[in-house]
Amino acid sequence: MATTSTYVANGSLTKRRSFLERLRAGDELSYLVTLACSVLILLLVALIAGELWFHSQPTVKTFGWHFLTSSTWNPNGQKFGALPFIYGTCITSLLALLIAVPLGVACSIFLAEMAPPRISNLLTFLIELLAAVPSVIYGLLGIFVLVPLIRQYLVPVLTHSFGFLPLFQGTFYGVSILSAGLVLSVMVVPFIVSVSREVLLAVPVEQREAALALGATKWETTWQVVIPYAKTGIIGSIFLALARALGETMAVTMVIGNTPVISKSLFSPGYSIAAVIANEFAEASGELYISSLIFLGLVLFGLTIVINAGARILILTTSRSGVAAS
Amino acid sequence: MSTGIAARRRIVNSVMLSLSGIATIAVIGVLFFILGYLLWHGGRSLNPDFFTKLPKPAGETGGGMANAIIGSGKVLLLAALIGVPVGFLAGVYLAEYSGKTFAFLIRYTVDLLNGVPSIVIGIVAYALVVRPMRQFSALAGGVALGIMMIPIAVRTTEEFLRAVPNSLREGAMALGATKSKTIFTVVVPAAMSGLASGMMLNLARVAGETAPLLFTALGNMFWSRGWLKPIATLPVMIYNYALAPEEDLHQQAWAAGFVLLGLVLLINITARWIIARGRSSSRR
Amino acid sequence: MATPQQQQLLKETEIAPQISSLNKPVPAHKLNARNLNFYYGSFQALHDISIDIAQNKITAFIGPSGCGKSTFLRTMNRMNEALRNTRVNGELLLDGQNLLHLDVTDVRRRVGMVFQKSNPFPKSIFDNVAYGLRVNGFGKKRVIEEAVERSLTRAALWSEVKDKLHKPAAALSGGQQQRLCIARALAVEPEVLLLDEPCSALDPIATRKIEELLFQLKDITTVVIVTHNMQQAARLADYTGFFLMGKLIEFSETRKIFQNPSKKETEDYVTGRFG
Repeated sequence: MATTSTYVANGSLTKRRSFLERLRAGDELSYLVTLACSVLILLLVALIAGELWFHSQPTVKTFGWHFLTSSTWNPNGQKFGALPFIYGTCITSLLALLIAVPLGVACSIFLAEMAPPRISNLLTFLIELLAAVPSVIYGLLGIFVLVPLIRQYLVPVLTHSFGFLPLFQGTFYGVSILSAGLVLSVMVVPFIVSVSREVLLAVPVEQREAALALGATKWETTWQVVIPYAKTGIIGSIFLALARALGETMAVTMVIGNTPVISKSLFSPGYSIAAVIANEFAEASGELYISSLIFLGLVLFGLTIVINAGARILILTTSRSGVAAS
Repeated sequence: MSTGIAARRRIVNSVMLSLSGIATIAVIGVLFFILGYLLWHGGRSLNPDFFTKLPKPAGETGGGMANAIIGSGKVLLLAALIGVPVGFLAGVYLAEYSGKTFAFLIRYTVDLLNGVPSIVIGIVAYALVVRPMRQFSALAGGVALGIMMIPIAVRTTEEFLRAVPNSLREGAMALGATKSKTIFTVVVPAAMSGLASGMMLNLARVAGETAPLLFTALGNMFWSRGWLKPIATLPVMIYNYALAPEEDLHQQAWAAGFVLLGLVLLINITARWIIARGRSSSRR
Repeated sequence: MATPQQQQLLKETEIAPQISSLNKPVPAHKLNARNLNFYYGSFQALHDISIDIAQNKITAFIGPSGCGKSTFLRTMNRMNEALRNTRVNGELLLDGQNLLHLDVTDVRRRVGMVFQKSNPFPKSIFDNVAYGLRVNGFGKKRVIEEAVERSLTRAALWSEVKDKLHKPAAALSGGQQQRLCIARALAVEPEVLLLDEPCSALDPIATRKIEELLFQLKDITTVVIVTHNMQQAARLADYTGFFLMGKLIEFSETRKIFQNPSKKETEDYVTGRFG
């Protein structure tokens, strides 16, 4: 083992032995500490799942699977059912996607296929800023700007033209499934645009050239060649947006009305899983009440895991760099 | 006959492409609308009191959100102290040490953690911190936000460390540097601008989070001393004031929204610009 | 009867005997390899290499692409260990001690390396040269400052950078960056300096500058250089080894390798019949 070594020739430097030991210790330490942090993350996720599961048990034991199909939510009477929240979560997310997907995909087409690169990059940058806007700000705008606008302009149109549908019946008070769905759609559009654009840009130039060389118009090339090629990635972006919409809390709870009812009409107020937790958790008392809310959290947790996993798989198979954008 | 079809195709082409342009305008329009409205309404309601005074009790007008601004700062500081080191070191492990299968497992778990809704993280922080302590606190809020910071910290670190060319690692090792020395004295400094801006983006993201704070940090109409008491934060104040009946509080909510959004966007733009500049200069 | 190429080589190797005559008759050996084998996974990249590297001389390794010369160079400072799934057996003696069993960071401090493409750290010129010293524990400011100036002078770069030591190294030209990397390697006063095709990415003028400085470095260290440029080996080296398919085919004084090789493969290579 090397101890002290003096240099040959003009050497004036001698090595200190103890430093060698310190160096080696540093290497082991660095490896162990970084490994520990990685393992810590694994444990953390296990802990999250575990805590949710554990604290849900009182509700599971009392109501069993019936919890998921019952629509009674009566804290005073100690009766809890998840259906109104599951319904509200799903309906608002569905509505959001119905609006955001066509809008987002169309926008991504423009940015990927039409706009010159510098404009495309600038606009994408701006749209990605939309994703950075905090949820509570969307809620603020939702309550004070969007809801009055909907009440004044959209609802009369819908009632007039489509009032025969049960979807658009009943009185509109402002806070409603419709309002929540619309706010959500604005919030998820940036995700669809951003990821779809990446995916479209990843389609090889040769594909487009082949179509154009056969005399196809730009639109035909896009619609019939580029989009089918990028299809999986675009669907992945939709999944991502869906996962986002499902978990969205603040903006939804500020405009949905926070009423645990299930109604056919979009004008009716409603409730989502995230919203009920946000509203009632701090004041919830009694083991059953709290554990019901936590069980709802577990349901949401499970849902978002599944959808996110699907999204990652779909996006990774088509994205340009192989590292999924988010 | 063929010209008829050709004309129709041309029309379809123009229409569809115009529609896509319109969609883009609509989306961009929303952004400018949000910014504009917030600027106008929030800017109007903004006054020096906002930054210096405490909230007034119910019924009285005036007051500010000084405690919420400091409160947000405290909670974010704690979040950064928790989330950044853990995320950074795990990212170092992924980029420099780990083998393929374990790396896949960690990355998958990190992605999973990233997808957990923020309200659920709030529940977990409640169970881990608030319940045992029987107390809402800044600490609990910091833990919740810190957990949320971890996934992005890991991904950012791994991405930017991997981008450092291997020739630098070889150069350091050839001079007798151990692996850990190489990582921390050459690779990390080389990736520093990307890492720093990535962390800024991370912080900006959690700065706007409200849901996980609702039953961890809770809220406070007064100053909160130390870390173990409930504490006011800007997003939660906005939420509370927006739902309050008083118009005066609505105005303050707009002002707070203005400040919050302004801060978040400023950090975002700065950080992204630094990253973009770093990417273009490394392409020599 | 000699081809123009051979004549060129003959001219250049005339320099070598003049230099070798100045030296002691039997040069000491700094580094010895004995039956060295190296494997990438199941592929054997080096077969039974045995060689004696003379102290304070320039030794060149030549051979076609993929012949193992760079692989062998990299085993000499154990850089190959950084790759996964590699194996080495045999002996590699540095001053009589098997460096395969010594502490690896100590070996790398004593056996320095300059790479094909210059790789200065994104730090200042000063910090680049000082890096090896700092990382090996020589932290005293004065010691470092003196060592930096000394190394940059030896690398023939001092006069060009002395006024901008704290500017980023990236601002230097390609040739200057490579000399910086040489200075950086020299700062820790290595006993052996390995160079892996150091001039292949440089223009002829920059190449010339580096070759001139390598001549002078012989006095303070032992130089081993891998090159695909035979004329360069002929110009610079006292001893040359010819590698082919992982084996050391022939090793002796440069003049002999180029003018009167013993092995047919060597002759084929240096006369340009292949490679």
